[in-house]
Amino acid sequence: MQELSKNRLKQISYNCRQATFLIEKKQTSKITLREQFALKFHLAGCSVCRIYLKQSLTINRMVKNLFYGNEPSDLTLDDHFKQNLQERIDQYLDRK
Amino acid sequence: METHRNQFVQLEKAILNPQLWVKNYADYLYNYAYTRLNDDEMARDLVQETFLAALEKTEKFEGRSSERTWLTAILKNKVIDVYRKKSSGLGNSFEKTLSDTDQFEFFDSQNGHWKAEDQPKTFGLEEYDLLGKKELSHILQKCLKKLPGLWLAVFTMKHMDDLASETICSQLNVTDSNFWVIMHRTKVNLRACLQKNWL
Repeated sequence: MQELSKNRLKQISYNCRQATFLIEKKQTSKITLREQFALKFHLAGCSVCRIYLKQSLTINRMVKNLFYGNEPSDLTLDDHFKQNLQERIDQYLDRK
Repeated sequence: METHRNQFVQLEKAILNPQLWVKNYADYLYNYAYTRLNDDEMARDLVQETFLAALEKTEKFEGRSSERTWLTAILKNKVIDVYRKKSSGLGNSFEKTLSDTDQFEFFDSQNGHWKAEDQPKTFGLEEYDLLGKKELSHILQKCLKKLPGLWLAVFTMKHMDDLASETICSQLNVTDSNFWVIMHRTKVNLRACLQKNWL
């Protein structure tokens, strides 16, 4: 049992696919202590995954900003569509 | 004191103004739907459906949230319905998308290391300082568009809407382990897509 988990630990420690998986999981959920340790160990020795981690966090913020950003979006509905929509609403309100 | 608080509550209570919905919220709602579906026509349809559905249930509006929040909640449910239809209507398309990319090409299948050509490189995405980097978010939007529908659904429900993972799994009928696989693959794909189109 001891041996198995050691192997597993080694596996994660040297495996970028596993490491990036844990990076993602950690951002929105909990990972086990063992996983935390393995990830830390991996990141200490892997500069590429350290870059990945930083970029991954930036992407999260960018995705949020796509919609919740304060800058006005250039995505707007055309006037014709809005006018039709307004007419439908007015009709509905008139009927009431 | 008590009166003061009541007055405050009274002031805060929102009222509905359907005549102004199009003017005030149509673009906002359209953006909401579009960023989550990446489908122009569907986004328009949902905005329209949202207004019509809202008109039907104005009497249910209790004024506890703002008008915009209330309308957005209606739209959000419609977006989830679309996700759900997509994930069930296409049968096992989800399994298909997973196996299609089974190779998960960015990592060596033997040892799990980054393949040399897919290694993350620094290109200014390391710090969240996106002033003057509007282009980057345009690229991001294009990259999101390339994702399989279910991946986009899972990813945006988590990262835009902050929904609980269990909620997303049950609404989209995804298992817990597939959920994490999708989250991981989506991010690795997005990151690679950004790098490819930026450098």
